[in-house]
Amino acid sequence: MAEPIRPGNALDEQIHLTAVDEFLAWGKEHSLFYLLFATACCGIELMQAGGPRYDVDRLGMIPRATPRQADLMIVAGTITHKMASRVRTLWEQMSEPRWVVSMGSCANSGGPFSKWSYSVLNGVDKYIPVDVYIPGCPPRPEALIDGVMALRERVRRYRTSGERDATPYLVAGGDCAFGGHPGKDDGSGGEPKR
Amino acid sequence: MNDAAITARIQAVFPDVQPATTPNAQPRLCVPAATLPALARFLLDQPDLAFTSLMDLTGYDLAKYPSTPPSDAIRVVYLLHSLCHLHKLALWVDAPRASPVVPSVAGIWPAAIYFEREVFDLLGVRFDGHPSLHRILCPDDWIGHPLRKDYVYPAEYLGVAHLREGQHFESGPVRG
Ligand code: SF4
Repeated sequence: MAEPIRPGNALDEQIHLTAVDEFLAWGKEHSLFYLLFATACCGIELMQAGGPRYDVDRLGMIPRATPRQADLMIVAGTITHKMASRVRTLWEQMSEPRWVVSMGSCANSGGPFSKWSYSVLNGVDKYIPVDVYIPGCPPRPEALIDGVMALRERVRRYRTSGERDATPYLVAGGDCAFGGHPGKDDGSGGEPKR
Repeated sequence: MNDAAITARIQAVFPDVQPATTPNAQPRLCVPAATLPALARFLLDQPDLAFTSLMDLTGYDLAKYPSTPPSDAIRVVYLLHSLCHLHKLALWVDAPRASPVVPSVAGIWPAAIYFEREVFDLLGVRFDGHPSLHRILCPDDWIGHPLRKDYVYPAEYLGVAHLREGQHFESGPVRG
């Protein structure tokens, strides 16, 4: 009979040596608490991402009801000019380092309202800096998770090396039917930055 | 009561109320603005009418509206429902576009307080006797009334440009 497999009890199998910064970065990366903040239909998709099928809780993403406890703001939905100053206030209440995901065409560029509406802000990046853009109307939860995975990499890099990427990450493959990709403005031609 | 009976009942007391000709089965009654407060009180208080619920109060700009004859008015629409008799009624009150003033029904149906603020915000209709008529959807310092057909779009708000580079409005002229 073969020996049953047991966890080794040699000392070097039970102790993992690392730097404190690495350890904290690992913890931060796996506990991106996000602000429960949705202004329009993209919010439904955000809720879906938190539901049992996609379950972003397993990535350590727990919704927080107050910006003071949140690391990440997912701007899910249409932002009007009137709402924009409130978005800015919420963002300012988050503690550093704070991260922003712009979810959906509306938050990216005004989306279906960009050319016809008097009241909609054409892109939340006019008020707050955005780290990840997710195109789509609305984006699928897979796209949101793709954006979050990219953001986690940035969080770890920031925590270990102190470098924060200035160029936003653009999730590819969204069905962005309305408006332009914000990535066009930065000379990338709207190509995804992988 | 059916629609014809309601119309006849109202016209017996308010002869200046006329049914509008619309393609819809449900009648709309055109009400002169001056008659509105008395009519509203009447509709609520008469036990056989008892329009206890103001379901909606809205409005639209008739400029460019394909109506015959062409009109230069803003139309305020009142949709009423009686919760005990389960009958409904629609009222139209036309106000001149240049200075639209309509008496408020907020004292009769308190639900009108918010509705009238919305119509004021988006169409610029002043409701005489409203307890606090100020904007409800647009910011307080907003210029103009967006649902008017001659609305001029803002180029920016609080220093933030309204359009991204290379975009233009497809719906109307832009201010500034
Ligand atoms: S991008 Fe589409 S789905 Fe998302 S908030 Fe705007 S209109 Fe709604």
